[in-house]
Amino acid sequence: MEIEMTDTEPPMIQKQSDAFVTAFERLEREGVNTQPAWLFALRKAGLARFAELGFPTLQHEDWRFTNLAPLARLPFKPLLTHAADGVAAEALSAFPLARLPGSRLVFVDGQFSARLSSSGTQPRGVRVGGLAAALRDEPGLVVKHLAKQVMDDSLAFTALNMAFFQDGAFIYVPAGAVIAQPVQLIFASTGREAGATAQPRNLIVAEAGSQLTVVETYVGAGDAATFTNTVTEFAICDGAVVEHCRFQDESKAAFHLAALHAVLGRGCNFTSHSFALGARLSRVNIRAKLDGEGLETVLNGLYLTRGEQLADHHMIVEHARPRCAGHEYFNGILDDKSKGVFHGRILVRPEAQKTDAKQTNKNLLLSDDATADAKPQLEIYADDVKCTHGATIGQLNDESIYYLRSRGIGLERAKRMLIHAFAGEIIDRVRCEALREELDKLVWDRLEQNPRLAEPTR
Amino acid sequence: MSETILDIQNLHAGVEGKQILKGLSLSIRAGEVHAIMGPNGSGKSTLASILAGRDGYEVTAGQVLYQGRDLLEMDPEERAREGVFLAFQYPVEIPGVNTTYFLKAAVNEVRKHRGQQELDAVEFLQLVKEKMKVLHLPEDFLKRPVNVGFSGGEKKRNEIFQMAVLEPKLAVLDETDSGLDIDALKVVSDGVNKLRRTDNAQLVITHYQRLLDYIVPDFVHVLRDGRIVKSGGKELALELEQRGYDWTGKGELQPA
Repeated sequence: MEIEMTDTEPPMIQKQSDAFVTAFERLEREGVNTQPAWLFALRKAGLARFAELGFPTLQHEDWRFTNLAPLARLPFKPLLTHAADGVAAEALSAFPLARLPGSRLVFVDGQFSARLSSSGTQPRGVRVGGLAAALRDEPGLVVKHLAKQVMDDSLAFTALNMAFFQDGAFIYVPAGAVIAQPVQLIFASTGREAGATAQPRNLIVAEAGSQLTVVETYVGAGDAATFTNTVTEFAICDGAVVEHCRFQDESKAAFHLAALHAVLGRGCNFTSHSFALGARLSRVNIRAKLDGEGLETVLNGLYLTRGEQLADHHMIVEHARPRCAGHEYFNGILDDKSKGVFHGRILVRPEAQKTDAKQTNKNLLLSDDATADAKPQLEIYADDVKCTHGATIGQLNDESIYYLRSRGIGLERAKRMLIHAFAGEIIDRVRCEALREELDKLVWDRLEQNPRLAEPTR
Repeated sequence: MSETILDIQNLHAGVEGKQILKGLSLSIRAGEVHAIMGPNGSGKSTLASILAGRDGYEVTAGQVLYQGRDLLEMDPEERAREGVFLAFQYPVEIPGVNTTYFLKAAVNEVRKHRGQQELDAVEFLQLVKEKMKVLHLPEDFLKRPVNVGFSGGEKKRNEIFQMAVLEPKLAVLDETDSGLDIDALKVVSDGVNKLRRTDNAQLVITHYQRLLDYIVPDFVHVLRDGRIVKSGGKELALELEQRGYDWTGKGELQPA
């Protein structure tokens, strides 16, 4: 564990909080974001909460391994209009996962681009589209669900997103409906200037017994230090089966903060994968409330970092009802001077008897300078539960290398197979086959680009 | 006389400063099956590990010639490509590495080394399908990660299956019978026996005589305290079964 204190600049951070407040007030004067009134009230509350919590520093327990000072130093330039033409349709096809079947919603700098999207035909009653449009066209459905999944009000950036979001995806799957093909949400940052900030908000509602696969992809085009602050809410009702994947591959200079707020109903099955490959600094806050009996959820993640990247996953899984299974698996492959951070807290409420909770975090260090910080926590108030957790930080397993070599596979190739396998443990949990295959290629291509793993001539 | 495949001369070796093998000599020719029996701690697994090239063992004296070459100079992968195969006592689980991918890579490394054309996916499947049947391996086996979730018996069958696919010149079976019930033991032995040819050799390392009812050796050696103290034909195994290891004496070399 290491704590880096040199980069904290509290006055700067205070200034940064002020910048958001100032920007909000300016927008308010210009009449931006002030309608509808119910939403404006939520926005103001979000801003107030953000101002109250302040910009996190290393002194905050939940941020002690992740230094936001470089982000705080950026100017805040909220993106309220987008330059859709900055992203050519052809360029989209080069984006990761673009080969997947199914409908595709594209957001450029946080805002829906109808031109680049194809929502396809959906079963009756299903909504797959932009949140801004849904707010305009059927506010009743949105007001019923928006922000309702945010049970934890201690997250400054979720509050900030509430204050500023312009658009995002709105997916509504009525009871019993099945969307067979994955729904893709692609968030492209044009990376125009440092501090350019997109704050997408996604609201996904799966009513009882419905089925959905949804893939969020974040990619960046430019090389400016942009800032993405995204929030995705999931309302998963009784018996719904939802598979979710977020694939973050923003540009090397980008800051990527994200939150997943999920409330899960009785007997549902919710699987959420998080792949973090890009960005200078990324952080995903995951808050899952297991709010119905007998449900199953898997949170699964892989982070690959190199250079001076930092990837942070911070989750709280709250078991609030009996007989739920909640399993978290996060693997990190860290190279150069990069850093992986994992914080996983399992909270078992007194009524959550027969809980089956499991959490593992494994980190593979490919260089002597890479670091991993793992902080697993169990907080259990019920007495009849099965809870396990474990975290490992280490190198490749010598026994496995020996086994492969004893079958004729050379040392370097054996290592690469094992690194691939380490990533494969996570990728294999992706149920959607087309998605799994694409992810496998993407991750493997990325690993192959690593000169440390390049096959030597022999 | 047939070609000598393995020639171990006066091998002294140990691990972490502890001497385990104390002058082991053994010569194996093509077409022969040798069994090494011995009590726990006699050095059986150390011998297997040294032959396969596991890290951490130190050879302090003696030599091991494989087809006339210094085996100890070779990396584990080179030994495998040259035809040395170790069936592990404890096969390693490798999550995330699909069995097909692993085995196809291994086969093609060996073929490349022998100057043979690499197999494509179809040819590979043809090669393995038949051998899977011999070892009663389930259909989905090739899609599963290497040894993950396999029962003890399945792991051992997988070892022999790999041996069948790689067609080694010298196969070393390290306690392949441990953890097997009688049916599994028959399947595994049947697999091993089918691989027996006049141009290859097998070295069977075991604690119990039971395995040798099914894999019948030409020679049996008793290993005690790091040396072979007695050698004989297959009947020696039965004698050991009846009389235990004690009568073989401790560490003093006896004529075969």
